[in-house]
Amino acid sequence: MEFAPHTPADVEAMLAALGKDDLDELFAHIPETLRVTGTVDLPDGRTEDEVTQHLTGLAARNQAGGVCFAGGGAYDHYVPAVVPALISRGELLTSYTPYQPEVSQGMLQALFEYQTAIAELTGLPVSNASLYDGGSAVAEAVAMACAATRRSRTLLSQALDAPSRTIVRTYAHPLRRPVEERAYGADGRTPVADVPDDVAAVVLSQPNALGVIEDVRAHAAAAHAAGAKLIVKLEATSVGLLPTPGSQGADLVVGEGLPLGQGLAYGGPTFGFLGCTSDQVRRVPGRMVGETVDAHGTRGYVMTLRAREQDIRRERATSNICTNQTLCAVAGLVYLTWLGRGGLVELARTCLARARHAAERLTAVPGVSLAVEGPFYKEFALRLDVDDPGTVQRRLLEAGYLVGPVVPDGAAAGAVLVALTERRTAADVEGLAVALETTMKELV
Amino acid sequence: MPVLGDPRAPEPTVFDKSRPGRRAAALPPLDVPAVDPADALADVELATEPPLLPELGELDLVRHFTRLSQRNHGIDIGFYPLGSCSMKYNPRMSEAIAGQPAFRDVHPWAPDEAVQGTLGVLAELETWLCELTGLHRATFQPAAGAHGELCGLMLFRAYHEDRGDARRTVIVPDSAHGTNPASAAMCGYDVVTVPSGPNGLVDVDALEGAVDEQTAGIMLTNPNTLGLFEVEIERMSRLMEDVGGLMYYDGANFNAICGRVRPGRMGFDVVHLNVHKTFATPHGGGGPGAGPVVVSERLAPYLPAPVLARRDDGTLFWDHDRPQSIGRLHGFHGNTLVLVRALAYLLAHGGDGLAQMAAKAVLNANYVAQGITDVLPLGYPHHQPMHEFVSTAKALKAHGVRALDVSKRLIDHGFHPPTNYFPLIVDEALMIEPTETESRETLDAFIVALRAICAEAAADPDALHAAPTTTPVGRLDEGRAGRHLVLRWEPAAGDDG
Repeated sequence: MEFAPHTPADVEAMLAALGKDDLDELFAHIPETLRVTGTVDLPDGRTEDEVTQHLTGLAARNQAGGVCFAGGGAYDHYVPAVVPALISRGELLTSYTPYQPEVSQGMLQALFEYQTAIAELTGLPVSNASLYDGGSAVAEAVAMACAATRRSRTLLSQALDAPSRTIVRTYAHPLRRPVEERAYGADGRTPVADVPDDVAAVVLSQPNALGVIEDVRAHAAAAHAAGAKLIVKLEATSVGLLPTPGSQGADLVVGEGLPLGQGLAYGGPTFGFLGCTSDQVRRVPGRMVGETVDAHGTRGYVMTLRAREQDIRRERATSNICTNQTLCAVAGLVYLTWLGRGGLVELARTCLARARHAAERLTAVPGVSLAVEGPFYKEFALRLDVDDPGTVQRRLLEAGYLVGPVVPDGAAAGAVLVALTERRTAADVEGLAVALETTMKELV
Repeated sequence: MPVLGDPRAPEPTVFDKSRPGRRAAALPPLDVPAVDPADALADVELATEPPLLPELGELDLVRHFTRLSQRNHGIDIGFYPLGSCSMKYNPRMSEAIAGQPAFRDVHPWAPDEAVQGTLGVLAELETWLCELTGLHRATFQPAAGAHGELCGLMLFRAYHEDRGDARRTVIVPDSAHGTNPASAAMCGYDVVTVPSGPNGLVDVDALEGAVDEQTAGIMLTNPNTLGLFEVEIERMSRLMEDVGGLMYYDGANFNAICGRVRPGRMGFDVVHLNVHKTFATPHGGGGPGAGPVVVSERLAPYLPAPVLARRDDGTLFWDHDRPQSIGRLHGFHGNTLVLVRALAYLLAHGGDGLAQMAAKAVLNANYVAQGITDVLPLGYPHHQPMHEFVSTAKALKAHGVRALDVSKRLIDHGFHPPTNYFPLIVDEALMIEPTETESRETLDAFIVALRAICAEAAADPDALHAAPTTTPVGRLDEGRAGRHLVLRWEPAAGDDG
């Protein structure tokens, strides 16, 4: 199956206009030794029906539909029907980077509105138009902090999720930028400590990878006392309850867009968001949209501060980012609009109440306790009194309950994360508690 | 009074439409004890004022985003010959397949045994990409082409460092995409720019003078950004081999040669593929795309971890035991559902169909180039272009008309403009990529429009300067946007939100 509309007569006429006899002649100037002879060793084309059947058959091998208590940056929040309905409109879906603003006002305005929503969630005045995901957004923020401070050393909280820590190291290694970790305490919080005066950035997450709420204000003060930037990776729904990190002194706030209307999606596509203080606006990676007017004074939107970007500045650009995650960002905006100001508060309070209830119920199971005692929002780490928590995870999955991931290091290493969203009912929690109790009995 | 459905009618921002207390969302009632945050989080600072998210009923929400969409051009509406971007038809088949709950509702940290279907898609896709590129293994973490470039250059660095040979420079032609030098810089390399020769191809003699023992490698796209195939690629490959350098293939232009030339055969060690270009996953206004990276055997040990692996019983798993890995580039597994769409596209075409796809992309580009060659000649006419070409509008400068004016006037004819002023080595560049999914009638209409605009440039240049006139806004003051930064909506003074 092909999507090219050419009839044989079209091909013949077009080739004739070019003075060619056949399609292969269009490749005749390529050295023969480089050309594939015959056809590549791949299956023949299939119809839409056949392709759909084949891939639906593969999809059936996924075990979807269990009750999801898993966390680790991806949470089973409800995605309203308006999100896929609106972002699948062809005018948005099949457009590209808005280089021509006159025919791209829809996408540009949506991104301007997205930037506003992100500025509100982060508590910082500047937002870009999206990054790839929350993990790479942390690495981009570290690069901004290094540029702003002209320093290279980064301190990561061990309670920042492990993938983000690895990404920061991966980005830092080629540039010879030292990255160190600070262990979290027995309460699951990152200890507030003096920051050496050669540090560019202190990075933590709110709530952190154990679900525990950090004291952002104290960390901001400690970082600023050393002239360093505080970077906070924010779980966005938490600001229905907690202050925005920007209002508590964070200089850069990034985060994972997945919980904002993207679904679970096996983690992608998603988007990363980034907010910063005004003085850092010219160091921001990626696209930014600004408001302006045309010759008649009509309000319109354009990509702005383009001199930061790779297509203008080449090797001196703030980042190499070009294509990012625009449609996912717009999906995030639609979701946040659906939720609204009041909905965000209700969502956060609902998650808090459900998580409290679940923690109480699950720790009533013999051999199960909270791994750390710090205050949590919607996610918490359970210490299971067994040799291999992975086995518990697998048994629970067989019973239809997904939990995890397992905490990889630090005082809570081996603990299993459990996350609650507005969708997890008391009956779900009871079912999980019963399954957990059964599993623990079998393993002890 | 605006006409019904008129996209030119102004649309206020979603924040202007907000009214306190209104909302679309209904959340499930609480069936567990309510919690007072001030009690439950006694030692924690709580928000005093919630973020100012918009408050709309659901119908007004739907109308807002529907009206925004009406103010946007996409492939579904009309021709979109944006050079270097392969704006071809995005099959709805792929959307429907990737949207299935069994693919969509899967948690990224679900155990491997629960996601055998998704891993099966990735394994099958890896087979296709390796066969098409002539390379050995793939990673799916890079979320876009530039992310793939960064990954590839990190692989360069890991390979050389493993040999105790830290090298300093990466060679990039002057016609390269801006992402290439930017990626090299992010990877700590000094960029050495090699010029293009008078025929638009890399000046291989200059390249010979530029390579030395400090050369980590070279980044190329072939065909290059002029749409010209680098016919001396084998000589370039030998030059790199002589100094122990590696070769990076920027896959932005892979649509020209897919199924017909394998980058591995040309000597490349690393390829990124822009699946949103070649394999027609929707561009989404600037993403999500995906930039899977495919590598030769000697670079495979350094790929980001985890990589896909298969047990003896045939089940797939993520192999985290990769001691030589560069690390990680994505917080989860990459843009997986975009990759599902890419596989659907590949399966539909088959190996034979992909070679036909490339041929018709080249046919369409050459047909348009031929149709306008007397008014907008090729910037570098010495070689036949492939899937795209770069014309120069410099002859119109005599009338005070620039390439940008031609582009803006095309909008009034119902066409999205080409890429402007790139590559930098062509004066008044118009970079045109029709793609294979456009019909001969569309191409003919586009040729007619461009010819009419060129005639108009001589007769009435101000008509071009005033363009576009059919859009919701005219040309926007980009200088003002940069000088008076307004990056977010602000409540009107006295409005407490």
